[in-house]
Parts: sequence; C-alpha cells; structure tokens
Amino acid sequence: MSAYFENRAIVVPGDILYEGRIRAGNNTYRMGGRVYATHVGLVEYGRGVVSVIALEAGYMPMVGDIVIGYVVDIDVGQWIVDINAPMNAILKVPDAMEVPFTPELVMTEFLDIGDTIVAKVVDLDRRRTPILSILGGELGKVDEGLIVEMTPSKVPRLIGKKGSMVSMILKETGCRLVIGENGRILIQCADREDEELIVSIIRKIEREAHTTGLTNRVHEYIMRMRGVKNE
Amino acid sequence: MSEEKWRRVDGRAWNELRPIKIESGVLPNADGSAYIEMGRNKIIVAVYGPREMHPKHLAKPDMAVLRCRYHMSPFSTHPRRSPGPSRRDTEIGMVMRYALEPAIFLERFPRASIDVYAEVLQADGGTRCASITAAAVALVDAGIPMRDLVAACAAGKIEGHIILDLNDHEDKYGEADVPVAYMPRLNKVTLLQMDGVLSPDELRRCIELAIEGCQHIYELQREALKRKYEEVVEEVKEGE
Repeated sequence: MSAYFENRAIVVPGDILYEGRIRAGNNTYRMGGRVYATHVGLVEYGRGVVSVIALEAGYMPMVGDIVIGYVVDIDVGQWIVDINAPMNAILKVPDAMEVPFTPELVMTEFLDIGDTIVAKVVDLDRRRTPILSILGGELGKVDEGLIVEMTPSKVPRLIGKKGSMVSMILKETGCRLVIGENGRILIQCADREDEELIVSIIRKIEREAHTTGLTNRVHEYIMRMRGVKNE
Repeated sequence: MSEEKWRRVDGRAWNELRPIKIESGVLPNADGSAYIEMGRNKIIVAVYGPREMHPKHLAKPDMAVLRCRYHMSPFSTHPRRSPGPSRRDTEIGMVMRYALEPAIFLERFPRASIDVYAEVLQADGGTRCASITAAAVALVDAGIPMRDLVAACAAGKIEGHIILDLNDHEDKYGEADVPVAYMPRLNKVTLLQMDGVLSPDELRRCIELAIEGCQHIYELQREALKRKYEEVVEEVKEGE
C-alpha cells in the first residue's frame, strides 16, 4: 500500500498513482490492484480515494448542467444543438416554448439554425443523448454578447471556491457572465474594452489553472489593466 | 571490424536514437496537438474529438471509432511526392489506428469519433513510429482518457549489425526493419511489423532493442506533456 506521487504533482496517463486498497476517483482507473491516471492533471490523495484533477478533458453532459449551445439542425418537433460534447443534444418543442406543437407551428421563427441558446440539461435519454430545456429564468435564446471557449475541465477554476472568482470578476467589471459547464462563456458588458478584459482574464485563468493563489493574482491583474486604462 | 569501432552512416552507435524534440499543444484550433522532430523527421499531429460521427452509418453503437489519417506533404521528400493519399498513406493510417486503439477508452464514447491527423512535413525514415509517438501526446493533450501512452520506435539490421532507430538510408539499403509501438507502463506491444529477412533470434533482439528505445522516448513524451504546465508554474513563481 503506497502512494507514488506527492499530492498535487502533475501526472500523465498510465502513471501508477497508488498500489493497494483505495477507491479510484475521477480520471483514474483500476487494474490489477493498482490505480492509474487516465488524463494529464494534478493527482489528489484524499481519504480512501485517489483522483486526478484533469488539466485537459472534454465535456461530458450531466443532468442539471447549464450549457451554451448552437442550433445545428431542425427535425420534426425538435432542434439539434451542438453543446461541445461527444454527441449533439436535443431540444424538444415542449421544453422550448409554452405553446403546444402543431403541424402549423413554424419552428424556424422561434429558433433557427445558427442561433445560440443558454440551456439546461434536464435529462439523458436511454442512448445518453442530452435533452435540453430553455424554459426558466436566465435560459433562452442569446441575442447579444461575446462567447469564448475554454477547456471544460477548467471551468470550476473560473467559478472559484463558492463562486469567489466569478463574483470578484463581476464586482470589478460590472459585466454579466453566463458560464456554461461545457466550456463556453457568454460575456455581456456595457463596452467593448471590458469584454476584451474578461476574455484576457479567462485566458489567464485557463493558462494558470494548476497554480495556487489564482484569485489574488487575477484581482491584481484586473487592477493593473484598469490602471493602464484610466491613465 | 570490431563492434565498438563500427559506426553508422550518420555516426551514431548501434543502440543510439536520433535527437528527439516533442512539443504538445501547438495548434490552438485543434482539440489536441503535438509536434515531433526525430532526427530530420518533422511531423505535426492534430486530434479532434470525441465528436459526433459523420457519416453516421459508420458509427459503432457501443464504442467510439478512431480514425487516423497519415499524410506526407508533397515537399516532405526528395524528389517531390504526389500530394494525394497513396496506398502507403492509407496503410500507415490503419497501422497507427491499430497501435493507438488499445490505449484509448473508446467504450466511453459510444457513437462518437476521434480523429487523428498526422502530417509529415519532412521525412527521413521511421515516420510511422514518430507519428504514433506524437499522436499519443496529441491524444492526451485533447483530454481523451487513455490507459497509457504509446511510444514507438524501430530497430533493424544493416551490414549484419542489429541497430536502433533506422534513418531513411538505413531503411532503404539495410537488411531488415522492425517498427514497434509499445505501452511502457502496461508493458504491452501494440504494433509489430517486419520488413526484410531476420532469423528468429535476430528478430527477438530487434524487438528487445526497439522496446528499450520506446522506453527512452516515453520519458521524452512525459516531459513534453508536463513542460507546458511547469513553465507556467515557474513563470508565476518569478512574478511573485
């Protein structure tokens, strides 16, 4: 029974993380009494569990996630939505509008191919295809703003512990942010310069996601960029 | 000539690899990417996916489909090569797929596809091995769950000597060439080919030598994957 790495060391797939009785957590797999990593990331030895915080990982839809998607196709009674996942998601008419579906309904008048939506994953069907809904506050079609993409596994860093990072950014810039768990972020600011500042902040967080004291550094960064702007 | 004094065309010892440089995350538009220089070979690999499979009828209901495209640029060889895909390109694409498939958790992405594009910018023998080595790094960079990395390297025979990592000249005029792809942590061979004539004992020595080479390349793959993050850590430390 032994650990092979220090806590929060960088590991790559195939690295043996632990030998002996332990639960294999996120981004690990067990084979022959050993636990191996499946992603590049930081290893975390918890109580009776070993896991890897992935630095590169795709998005896997889960029920309850808020995602930002693009309508890519229209079927009878449903829109097909690209949500940056291994499979496209489905948005059915009853999950999109209050009116019932009738053959007379012109679906493109409500949502057309190329439209952007903020949606919630409400279900995974038996083929694990995500089912979306845009009924409810904050959800629906997006008409303005800027969308940037980041690695989905680094989204928790943008949010911070109990939302500390994102609330700090919102307080300092006064912008509106919609963070999709699928790595797409919608930015709505009063002026263009603030939007560009937020894009550079997101790039910084993405680059430095595996370092400590990030919230403080981002705060300093905003102050510095703001100082430059005000001069 | 004695074993010590004998040198190869490029002055290497019998068990010496060419200088190797690997870099991960070189293409911002791809989900994952890697660049490798192995001697005079220069190869860039891009990975996309897992994503919706097109055409849909090729999708598998229980697992993802791995597709590999190996392509040599027209300017990668002398004389210029026809730019279209050749029989050889198609075959090496297939061989790359076979070499990489055992390392990927394909069953986690039913009906999806993972696409690997290897583009040879400059060729000097052993491009299939270098492509596999770079593709493994690119797959990890794309965030695709992997059982292990895959390192690949060839061994062969020239003038009666068993040698490691053949270059273009040795490949063409030597007696045999044995490319091997290998998962170092799981200790499994995922690709084994042979071109030429070897005795069973010579083949065994070639495989053992190639695996030794793969283990060395594996260390370079690890370094390449970690370097991207360690550089940022040091930058941050300097800033404080």
